[in-house]
Amino acid sequence: MTDVLIGRTRGNRWSPGRILRRLPWWGAAVVIGIGGLLWIYPFLWMLGASLKDPLEVFTSGLSLLPKHAEWGNYSRAWGDAGFGKYLVNTVIVTVTTVVLVVLRCAMSGYVLARHQFFGRKIVMGILIATLFVPTGYTIIPVVEVSQRLGLLNSLTGMVLALSGGAHVASVLLYLGYFRQLPRELEESAVIDGAGFLSIFGRIMLPLANPVTATVTLLTFLGTWNAFFLPLVFTFSRPDLRTLSVGMLAFVGENSTDWSGMAAAASISLLPVVVLFVVLQRYFVEGIAGAIKS
Amino acid sequence: MNGSGPRLGRNRLWVWLFLTPTIVLYGVYTIYPVVASYWYSFVEWNGFDAAKTWVGLANYRAVVADPLFWNSFKITVLFMVAVVPVKVLLTLLLALVLNSPKLPLRTLFRTAFFLPVVTTTAIVGVVMQFVFDPASGPVNVVLRKLGVVADGINFLGDPKAALWTVVGVYIWKWFGVTLIYWLAALQTVPDEVYEAAAIDGAGPWGLLRHVTLPLLKPFAVIITLLTLESTLKIFDLMLTMTNGGPFYATEVVEIYIYRWAFAATVPQLGFASAAAVVFGLFVGLIGVLQLLGIRAARKARSER
Repeated sequence: MTDVLIGRTRGNRWSPGRILRRLPWWGAAVVIGIGGLLWIYPFLWMLGASLKDPLEVFTSGLSLLPKHAEWGNYSRAWGDAGFGKYLVNTVIVTVTTVVLVVLRCAMSGYVLARHQFFGRKIVMGILIATLFVPTGYTIIPVVEVSQRLGLLNSLTGMVLALSGGAHVASVLLYLGYFRQLPRELEESAVIDGAGFLSIFGRIMLPLANPVTATVTLLTFLGTWNAFFLPLVFTFSRPDLRTLSVGMLAFVGENSTDWSGMAAAASISLLPVVVLFVVLQRYFVEGIAGAIKS
Repeated sequence: MNGSGPRLGRNRLWVWLFLTPTIVLYGVYTIYPVVASYWYSFVEWNGFDAAKTWVGLANYRAVVADPLFWNSFKITVLFMVAVVPVKVLLTLLLALVLNSPKLPLRTLFRTAFFLPVVTTTAIVGVVMQFVFDPASGPVNVVLRKLGVVADGINFLGDPKAALWTVVGVYIWKWFGVTLIYWLAALQTVPDEVYEAAAIDGAGPWGLLRHVTLPLLKPFAVIITLLTLESTLKIFDLMLTMTNGGPFYATEVVEIYIYRWAFAATVPQLGFASAAAVVFGLFVGLIGVLQLLGIRAARKARSER
């Protein structure tokens, strides 16, 4: 009865013609849905394995759900395997790197966009020329210079190296954004007696919030997931490992502890996955920005 | 900022003060390393604490003469050639479907296909070692249950299979990025274009062939080049999934450099630097190609 009423008021939503026209799309949705499920299957398997009995992992094959939740895997990964400490290290490194990168990229993007000065073109040229330098190419001198500065085997050194390399794209994002703001903004601020620092801090930086969101997110992702630099910076200091490095060390030492491995991986991946699900619109926009500009 | 005399001077001070963090960090961690690699490539240098001795072009001669260097170069290029077309075309197909407002649950699907992108590559690599385990890994369990194979495939232990397994995982892991690129490109096609074509009597295939695909062409160039460039960064996945093995079958240049600089009992930092310089020139070439491609694509877009 109600169906009929709704159908009438909404203009034949369930009319046979409409259902027939929609059918191929629902078919496509089912196919893509199965594909999507397969796509995230490795993560589901990992979560399931993290709660299984260490022996059950080997025999259970494909089943995702454990017979009973074995939380001991998590306490083993967190404590004995050191993932609690690795998590703290990763958070420290990521947060400080993000702050450093946002500040330095916003500052340099701002002056490059809105100020004419001698040397501007040279700075721009060098930045663009090194847009594509891969880590594998610079790693030896980076380690050498860090060692000479006494920064190797320290989180400070790791943060500096992570925030010093690349990030040209972030500078360019800020630059592009600041460039299209109207000139009157600064002119009226100068008339009001605002200095250089307050124009940047009170007017420009708040206006650039969308860019800051993108840069924060992309830098967060890049740093949380970083591996090469944290690996070579912690060779002789296991206590400074980040999650990604800790994971490699863990399987190197306990190659048969599958459920411990899965629990450790779950601890490491959960923060980024949750953040992504909550903020996914910004993630997608940040990545899509690369193609639109 | 056209202030007079002292104002300009003070501003100039601020300008350079604002640039200082970038110049210092970038100088130490990017510019200096690029320059220093050249210098290191001419020295014999066995460990970060050891002294450097000038050896001229000896490192380059050794690199060029090492069949394993060319092997790693070949694998890097092979990896690229295997990944790029598959990834670019499959993501385009899916993006075309996901872009249709008629598809139910499209946002959810986009989330699912993008999820692997945000996860830590090194950790995914380790997990994949287990997923593809020859004895108890879930993939082999399925294959055996379906009766495809009797004993399970040694995906990562067989030199013939290892590279293709990593290619598959790489495409899976970074599929979402290329998908988002295509979706963003599709968003730039204004609805009026479709409406006008539909009024002219174009069917769905006609729309795709004569309207959508031609409009996507400039983006196709950029997306292909971005994908190409990103396949050079496979260190994390390679090291954690295969460590370059078995028998160097998956040793890409980045792993080759790493092996000589960090994993050898006597590190050969000069030799590794020479390999890095040769590789850097190759990357630079791709970078130039990319800039040229982007410029051409921009031109094509503005002429439209």
